[in-house]
Amino acid sequence: MEEALRGIVMGEPRVCVLRVGGTNCDVETKEALHESGAKAEIVHLNELVKKGDLLLYDALVIPGGFSHGDHVRAGAILGKRIISVMSRELEEFIEDRRPILGICNGFQVLVEMGLLPGFSGISDSPEAALAINDSAKFECRWVYLRHENRGKCIFTRKLEEGEIVSMPVAHSEGKFVFPKEKEKSCLRRLIKSDQLVFRYCDEHGNAADGRYPENPNGSFYNIAGICDPSGTIFGLMPHPERAYYGIQLPDWTAMGKAPRYADGKLIFESMVEYLRGR
Amino acid sequence: MISSLYLKREDLPFDLFELDLSRADDSQLLQLSRELGLALNLEEMRECKRYFSERGRNPTDVELQGIGQTWSEHCYHKTFKGEVLVGRKKVRLFKDYIARATEELSLPWCISVFEDNAGIVEFEDGYAIAAKVETHNHPSAIEPFGGAATGVGGVIRDILGVWGYPVANTDVLCFGPLDYDYDRLPRGVKHPKYVMRGVTAGIGCYGNNMGIPTVNGAIYFDESYVGNVVVYCGCVGILPIEAYVKDTKPGDVAVLVGGRTGRDGIHGVTFASAELTEESEKVSRPAVQIADPIEEEKLRRAILRVREERLGSGITDLGGGGISCAACEMARRSGCGIHVELDKVPLKYPNMAPWEIWISESQERMFLSVPPENLRRVLEIFESEDVEATPIGRFVEGGKVMVDYLGHRVADVDLDFLFSPPRVKRRAKWKMPRRVEPEFPQPRRMTRILLRVLSAPNIASKESVIRTYDHEVQGNTVIKPLGRRGGPNDAAVLKPLRSSWRGVVISCGMNPNYGKIDLYWSAAAGIEEAIRNCVAVGGRRIALLDNFTWGNPEKPRQLGALVRACKACYDFSKAFGTPFISGKDSLYNESPLGPVTPTLLITAIGIIPDVRRAVSAEVKRPGDSIYVLGKTYQELGGSEYYRLLGFLGKRVPKVRPDRSRRIMRSLTRAIDLGYVRACHDLSEGGIGVAISEMVLGGEWGAELDLRKVPTEAKRDDFILFSESNGRFLVEVPAKARAKFERLMRGCTYSKIGEVTENRRLSIRGLDGKRIIHVEVEALENAWRKPLGGS
Repeated sequence: MEEALRGIVMGEPRVCVLRVGGTNCDVETKEALHESGAKAEIVHLNELVKKGDLLLYDALVIPGGFSHGDHVRAGAILGKRIISVMSRELEEFIEDRRPILGICNGFQVLVEMGLLPGFSGISDSPEAALAINDSAKFECRWVYLRHENRGKCIFTRKLEEGEIVSMPVAHSEGKFVFPKEKEKSCLRRLIKSDQLVFRYCDEHGNAADGRYPENPNGSFYNIAGICDPSGTIFGLMPHPERAYYGIQLPDWTAMGKAPRYADGKLIFESMVEYLRGR
Repeated sequence: MISSLYLKREDLPFDLFELDLSRADDSQLLQLSRELGLALNLEEMRECKRYFSERGRNPTDVELQGIGQTWSEHCYHKTFKGEVLVGRKKVRLFKDYIARATEELSLPWCISVFEDNAGIVEFEDGYAIAAKVETHNHPSAIEPFGGAATGVGGVIRDILGVWGYPVANTDVLCFGPLDYDYDRLPRGVKHPKYVMRGVTAGIGCYGNNMGIPTVNGAIYFDESYVGNVVVYCGCVGILPIEAYVKDTKPGDVAVLVGGRTGRDGIHGVTFASAELTEESEKVSRPAVQIADPIEEEKLRRAILRVREERLGSGITDLGGGGISCAACEMARRSGCGIHVELDKVPLKYPNMAPWEIWISESQERMFLSVPPENLRRVLEIFESEDVEATPIGRFVEGGKVMVDYLGHRVADVDLDFLFSPPRVKRRAKWKMPRRVEPEFPQPRRMTRILLRVLSAPNIASKESVIRTYDHEVQGNTVIKPLGRRGGPNDAAVLKPLRSSWRGVVISCGMNPNYGKIDLYWSAAAGIEEAIRNCVAVGGRRIALLDNFTWGNPEKPRQLGALVRACKACYDFSKAFGTPFISGKDSLYNESPLGPVTPTLLITAIGIIPDVRRAVSAEVKRPGDSIYVLGKTYQELGGSEYYRLLGFLGKRVPKVRPDRSRRIMRSLTRAIDLGYVRACHDLSEGGIGVAISEMVLGGEWGAELDLRKVPTEAKRDDFILFSESNGRFLVEVPAKARAKFERLMRGCTYSKIGEVTENRRLSIRGLDGKRIIHVEVEALENAWRKPLGGS
C-alpha cells in the first residue's frame, strides 16, 4: 500500500499487466502503458499469488491472448482462477476505485469473472457472454468504433461522446450477447447507467447495424466495449495497444507522413490521467 | 515377419529386441528395414551389418531406429549431400550450387548460414535476424489441421533453437483446385477443399495462440497438388548477437524441456521420406504429431528467460527424429559424446518401449545443454512458467552416444559412424519438354478477360484466409498483408525493436507453372520475384531461403529437374548478390495421382533503414503519374492468361539480372528520397492485374496507355498480361517526376498513365482506342469474391 502511494506521489502509477500461459499481448500492452506515463510490470499470476500483492498496484490490465488455451470458454479458466486465488484483494481493489482494463481475452475474462457488466456488483455467474463470431472464424481486421459514453468511463475521458476511432480486432469469440430473454432490459440498464462505451460503426460513424464486416462478429447492438456501473472497470474486444502509434495504422502510407500516434493511445492516457488525479 | 532375426532380451524388465543382422541376407535386410519402418536401403542396411559385426554383436532396436532417423532423407538430405551424375559430370547439389553461391559472395553480414536450426544475418546494433522455412507436406496430407499446426510449431522451435524471439510467421500453401471432381479422387486422397480448410485453420490456430503474427504468404492451386498438398511454414526471429551461444562442453547437463513424450510422431521422418500411398492414412497416422500451442507459448517464455540470464550453453529443437536426432546432433556439433538415461524422460503414458521414447517426435519439446552450476536456476525458471524440465543425461568426453534404460545400456554407437552414412549416388536425366507457343487471335472484349484473370484462383484475393491469421499481434506490423481497403501488398514490413526505426522486410516468390516449361527459368523467376517484392516496399540487403518440394529423386527425370533448379539458384543468387542462408528440401512427394509439380519456394528477408519510408501498393493521389519500370517482353509461357485460355505455351519469362539490378538500385534510391508514393511488383497477370490491384486498394482510379509501354510485343493482350520479370509499376507525385526520371536514367522506364479522381480503370490499346473501361468496384468484385473475401 505504501509503495503504491509512493508511485502516485512520484507521478508514475504502477500498473500490473497480468499474464498466464497463453497470454500473448502483454509486451505491447506494457509498452503502451509506459509510453503513456505509467510504470507497468508484466506479472505472472503464479508470481502475484506467491509473493506479490495485487494491492501494491494502482491498476490492473488483463491483456489479450488465449489464456490457458481458451479451453472451456474463452477467458473462463483465468477468470475463475483469479476469483479463487485473490477475491478478497480484488474486492478491495475495486472498492478503492482502482481501474481494471480487459482487452480482448481480458474482456472475456472480466465477463467470465462477473465483473462486467456487473449491474449489481460482482455477479456469481456471467451476466453476458462473448460468443463465437457469426462468421464462425477468427477475424483480424481494422474496425471503426463510435464512442458512446457520456462521461462515466474513466478510460475514455479523452474522447468526446460520438467521436469515431479506429482499432484492429483479432478474435474468434467476440460476439457480445445478453441472455435472449433479458436482452432489452439489460440494454436499457446499460444505457441508463452509462455503461455503453464503444459500438462498431462505419467510417462515417453510422451504426454498423449488424452489418459484416463493419460489425466483425455479430455483437448485439454492435457492442464492442462496456464498463461497469462505476466506470472503473472496462472491457473491449478491439486492441488499443495495436493502434497506439501512427505507423500501426493500416493506411498510414496514404497519409503523406505517418502521424506519431493513433487512437488507441487515448485509452491508456485517460487511464493514467485518472490515476494521477487520484 | 522374419521372427528368427528378432531376439527378445528376456533378461530385461522391459521390451528390448536385438536384431540378428549377422545372419540376415540381403533380402532379409531389406525386409527388416521395412518391418521396422526404417526406410533404409540395402547399402545402408549392409553398412549397419558391417558396423555391428565388426563390434561382434547385434544392434538393438534402439540403435537401428536411431540410425534410421539420422540417415533418413528428411534428416540427412542424402540427395542434396550425395553425388548426382549428370551425363559424365558429378555434382553435389548443396555444395556445388546452393552453398557455393553463399560462399563465393562471402558477405560480412551473414552470421550463420546452413549450419544451425535457422539462418542468421545481422540486423543492427548488436541484433540479428534469424529465419527458417520448413515443409510439412506429408503430415498435412494425412491430417491437414494437425499436420499444418505442427509444421508451424516446428519452425517456431527452429527459431527458439538459435535463441531467437519469434516475431513473424509466413506460410505458403499449394492445394488442388477447389472444384475438383469428387469422383476422380483416388482412395485415401482427401478433397482439396477439406485439406485447405484444415491446413489454414491449423496454421491460424498455432500462430494466433502463440501470439506470433502471420504476415506473409501465398496460396497456389494446381492439379498436381490434389494428391500432394504443399505446406511451407516459415518463422522469423530477432536475437541479440551475443546471446547466440553454442558452447556445449563435456560435463554439461542435457535437459529436456516442454511437453511430454508420447507415441505421436513415431517415424515421422521416415514417413516424410517415402511416397504417399492409399495406405498412408492407416499406416502413418501415428506419424503426425499433436499440436499444443499454449505449451509452446510457455516454452518460449522460459527459454527466453534462460537466454536473458545466459544460463544455457547450447540449445536445439526436437523435431524430426525426436530425442535421438537432437541429442546426437548437439553432441556431434560440440565435439563431445552424450550419455542419455531414457527412463528419465517424462511420458504421456506408461509402457512405451525405449526405442519409441528415443525417436518419438511429440511436439513442443526442446533440448538444452546447461553447465551444472546453472542447472538449479534453469529448473526454477521452467517451473515458474509451468513447463516441465528434466535432466536426462550428460555430455561427455569422447565421440559416442550411449543410452541407458533402467540401468541397462540399450544403445552404444560411434557418432562418427552415425554421421557418415553411405553416400548416395544418383543419376539425373534432363530433356527439355517439347512445348509450343499457341497461335490464336486476340480476344475482343479485354475488360471481360481482365475480370476473368482477376477471378482466377491463383490471382484472386486470399483475404478470407489472411484474416483468419492474426497479423497484428505484437504491434510491429508496419506494412500489413492487406491495406485498409483490402488491397494486397508485396511484402510485409516489421519494426521489431522499440528503440529503432529499422525494419525487417519479408517476401516470397514461387512459379511452379513456369517449371512445366523449364525449371531453370522457373527457379530464376522465383528468386527474382521474391527479391522484387522485397524491393517494392523499400527492402534491400536481401538474404534468401530455399525450399524444394519435389517428387522421387531416385527417378532420373525428377532429379534432372532438381539439378536444373539448383543451377539457377547458384546463378541468380550470385548475380543478384543475395546469398542463401537456410533451406530445406522435401522429396518423395508422390501420390497415386503422380508426382507433385516441382515447387521451389524462395523466401526473401531484407531490411529497411527506416520503416517510415516503406511504400505500399495502392494508388494514393489523383494526378500522380504511373510509371512502368523494365521492359515487357512477349513472355506468356506459363502465364495466368494462357492458363485461362487453356494453354501452357513455350516462351517462359527469363531473368535478366543486370537490368533488373540496375532498376532495383534506382528504385530503392527513389523510395529513400520520397519520390515514390506507391509501388507494385509485376508478376502473375502482368500489368493488367497489377494496376487493378493498385486501384482497388485505393480510393481512386487510373488511366493507362499501352502505346507508352516499352515492349517488343505487338498485341494488347500480350502487353497487358505478359509476366516478364524485372518490372514494377510506380506512382510518382507530379512534383517529383523530373527528379525521379533523372534517377532512372540508364534504366528502361516509361510514364504510362496517371491516377484519376473517378474510380474507374481505363486502358488504351495500341490503336489508341479504349480496350478496358471499367468501374473499380467491378474489379473488386471479380477479385475478392471467388474465394469468399469481404
